[in-house]
Amino acid sequence: MKVVKGLYYTEDHEWLKVDGDEAYIGLSDYAQDALGDIVYVDLPEEDDEFDKEEGFAAVESVKAAADVYMPVGGTITAINEDLFDNPELLNEDPYENWIVKIDIADKDELDELMTSEEYEKFLDEEV
Amino acid sequence: MTAKKTPLYDEHVKLGGKIVDYAGWYLPVEYEGLIPEHEAVRNAAGLFDVSHMGGIVVKGKDALAYLQYLLTNDISSIGANQVIYTMMCYPDGGVVDDFLVYKYDDEEYLLVVNAANTDKDFKWMIDHKKDFNIIIENKSDQIAIIAIQGPKSEEILQKLTDTDLSKMKPFHFDREVVVSGIECMVSRTGYTGENGYELYLSSDDAVEVWNALLEAGKDEGIKPTGLGCRDTLRFEAGMPLYGNEISKDITPLEGGLKFFVKLDKEEDYIGKEALNKQWNEGLKRKVAAFELKGRGIPRAGYEVQKDGEKIGHVTTGYMSPTLKKSLGVALIKTEETELGNEIDIMIRNRPVKAVIIKRKFL
Repeated sequence: MKVVKGLYYTEDHEWLKVDGDEAYIGLSDYAQDALGDIVYVDLPEEDDEFDKEEGFAAVESVKAAADVYMPVGGTITAINEDLFDNPELLNEDPYENWIVKIDIADKDELDELMTSEEYEKFLDEEV
Repeated sequence: MTAKKTPLYDEHVKLGGKIVDYAGWYLPVEYEGLIPEHEAVRNAAGLFDVSHMGGIVVKGKDALAYLQYLLTNDISSIGANQVIYTMMCYPDGGVVDDFLVYKYDDEEYLLVVNAANTDKDFKWMIDHKKDFNIIIENKSDQIAIIAIQGPKSEEILQKLTDTDLSKMKPFHFDREVVVSGIECMVSRTGYTGENGYELYLSSDDAVEVWNALLEAGKDEGIKPTGLGCRDTLRFEAGMPLYGNEISKDITPLEGGLKFFVKLDKEEDYIGKEALNKQWNEGLKRKVAAFELKGRGIPRAGYEVQKDGEKIGHVTTGYMSPTLKKSLGVALIKTEETELGNEIDIMIRNRPVKAVIIKRKFL
């Protein structure tokens, strides 16, 4: 499974890419592969606020629905509207196609996430 | 308890199948992907390993009388080498299981039952054997079952056998078909809504026949197909799944399967009285099909509301791979099942509009 360097990761297989005070959030390659063909993405609205580990979106394959959780707390500043009509983008390139952009509430929470090296180890050992 | 492997397990792994534990069996949920596999069955052909299903043989002088007492359909209505779909009910009308009955002759029948229900069914049958002069045998572990389904299935299977398949009518079978040199029982049956065949053979021969079919169907576009699309295909075809549309708590009448319940069958059978009573008093709830109008995908178990009041739950729902629409079946109050009626499906605590449609999706 592909793991991109320089991103943060969670044990629920979300990735987070810091961009100043903001961050993009998406699903890892492992997550999209485990889900199979993604046919629907349920997105939040801009300005919605979520705590760390709170579900903010849902990604659905034909077979199942999976919640996507906030790696850190924050406010939604943008949603990837392409996913409404082309949810399969998350399968095709999970690291290029982010789900939401957020304004990070507390940057200290980033320290609790895994680095790409730690996530690779996590995939090897735990999954 | 660890899950069991069918004789085709190694083939599934070789083909890249995503293996899951389903009803106590290690089986592939998909190989290449649910959607391409679903489309292969609708447009060409798919090959399923359904060896997990149970096979129970009933034989003896009273075989027919016993099955008439046990089952809701009229088993006397079929001849030898014919298949009939039926329910087996509890005295209160709830369903023990639903399955196909194969008639070998007046004194021998094969019941092909849901994998998860095999042990329960077998026990139920033994417990209700009474004084009938019969023998009941659970042959589940000796039989492998391979299903070839899809518009190209006849063409592909015909390449491997001298038996003229065009003469086999739906819901008929032939016990002496030689496929790729191996003796099989072949029935024109399936669970996909497409033309197709199910091959019953000795576990020892399963790998050979499986690979012969994949090879024979290469040019026609055959694909190995997993449990994932098995469910989306049966759903689109309007077929029920035990545990969803019918169960211990949902009678076949509520499940929309009255055709397979002979309320006026001459013989008494388990559940007959309760089912007649339910029908005569009128159903308080029943299954109905719906199309989602808002965004989202309805899933089994989601609550259904009308004007903020709970009226039932979704029994099966999908983003239909063939129709590309969010469709579902729900068990709801009868008065809400009229065509065109608007209901709300609760998706992640939000009501999403849906409208009742005919339960004929394709």
